[in-house]
Amino acid sequence: MRLTALYLFASFSDFQQGRGSVQMPENYVPAFIFIAVALAIPVVTLAIAKAVRPDNPFGTKLMPYECGVDPEGSARGRYTVRFYIVAILFVVFDVETIFLFPWAVQARTLKAFGFIEMMVFLAILIVGYIWIWKKGALEWV
Amino acid sequence: MPLSQYILIAVVKIAIALFVLLTACAYVVLAERKLIARMQNRWGPTRVGPFGFLQPLADGLKFILKEDLIPSHVYKPLYIAAPMLSLTLALTAIAVIPIGQSVTIGNANIPLQITDVNIALLIILGLTSVGVYGIALAGWASNSKYSLLGSLRASAQMISYELALGLSLIGVLIGAGSFSLREIVNSQAGWHWNLWYRGQFVAFFVYLMAAFAETNRVPFDLPEAETELVAGYHTEYSAMKFAMFFVAEYANMFTVACLATLLFLGGWDGPVFGPAWLMVVLPVLWFVLKVILFIFVYIWIRGTLPRFRYDQLMAFGWKFLLPLALANILITSLVIGLTA
Repeated sequence: MRLTALYLFASFSDFQQGRGSVQMPENYVPAFIFIAVALAIPVVTLAIAKAVRPDNPFGTKLMPYECGVDPEGSARGRYTVRFYIVAILFVVFDVETIFLFPWAVQARTLKAFGFIEMMVFLAILIVGYIWIWKKGALEWV
Repeated sequence: MPLSQYILIAVVKIAIALFVLLTACAYVVLAERKLIARMQNRWGPTRVGPFGFLQPLADGLKFILKEDLIPSHVYKPLYIAAPMLSLTLALTAIAVIPIGQSVTIGNANIPLQITDVNIALLIILGLTSVGVYGIALAGWASNSKYSLLGSLRASAQMISYELALGLSLIGVLIGAGSFSLREIVNSQAGWHWNLWYRGQFVAFFVYLMAAFAETNRVPFDLPEAETELVAGYHTEYSAMKFAMFFVAEYANMFTVACLATLLFLGGWDGPVFGPAWLMVVLPVLWFVLKVILFIFVYIWIRGTLPRFRYDQLMAFGWKFLLPLALANILITSLVIGLTA
């Protein structure tokens, strides 16, 4: 399993260096400029809004919204354990997806070898998936 | 091409792209209000300008001029950072999306895309998943029960459907053999669209459902179910900060619509004819038309379907879309990966 993963990542980096249109790091420069501009937009609009908007807060206005009554108890209370289970399951299956991606772009080169290896990998996960289903981890009540 | 010219072209393209994207977001809001209104036998906005065409401008002005309340007991740094994070990430995803071939101005051959990186698809997936943080932090920092519940729901929903979304793309990747969106489109040239030519209609269905859930749209808009959660994670936000969440949601809609077009509907592939300038304009036109079609489907479904219940939503994602996407990977890799 580990060998396959290594092989996949090795071929993936081959792919990054070799094929494709333009493969230079300068391709990332516009992306970083874009991120800078996209960060500036909310900052600038907030600054403009601060300059022109009215600012007249008082106690009742600043209370957390709870349908017009005074807030009861803590707003950061305990919540159902289901959300944690979903988060844990997500981590497992998201890692699975990440392993599938490099294989997918190389699937036509790796052919039967890659296919069988990936099916073994998927089979292990599908067994786990069936198990969590049977255990009721996917039930939301 | 010298570096200074390269940067200059990049900056001009970024300015145009952001202007078009933000304007498009504003006008999709208007189009949505108009279409939903007509579906519900009302008129929608009609007062500001002819047919209400200046409504987005009026809305924008109002967002800037309204008082921006920061309720007491919020955790201020995160409360302010959350909408900015949401908006920045939603806008940045557009940076790697190509909208057409390339144009030649003078001696420079300019591709119609801000930047063509070979891992474009991974970048978009990464940005959309980090986008969950904006919502999760907003809900936690707001110090309101509605916000917290809304953001918890949103986070759980988005990470659940992200799996189905990611898995539905594998079939496309097997066919195209590249993460570069431009190459994925090129691999579909000549009506060989992934939707039918490589039989990715199941993947397309999974993608569409997951995309609706990822952008928190009807029928998956549980995070802001107004009948139970007031406004969900942005209950405590007002004025410009609320507008940022709002624009981010629509920018995300554009991203998933563009991605659907690029991955499944052949991108800018379509009939091309006429003189040289038309050969450049027509592909862009096809691309824009396909994206508009998707946005229309979004609005149409909002006017048609009621909201899911939360357990139904989770069951749909985990017990239906996930196995369906896995089955699609199995069959696609068997047929395309082994035979082609």
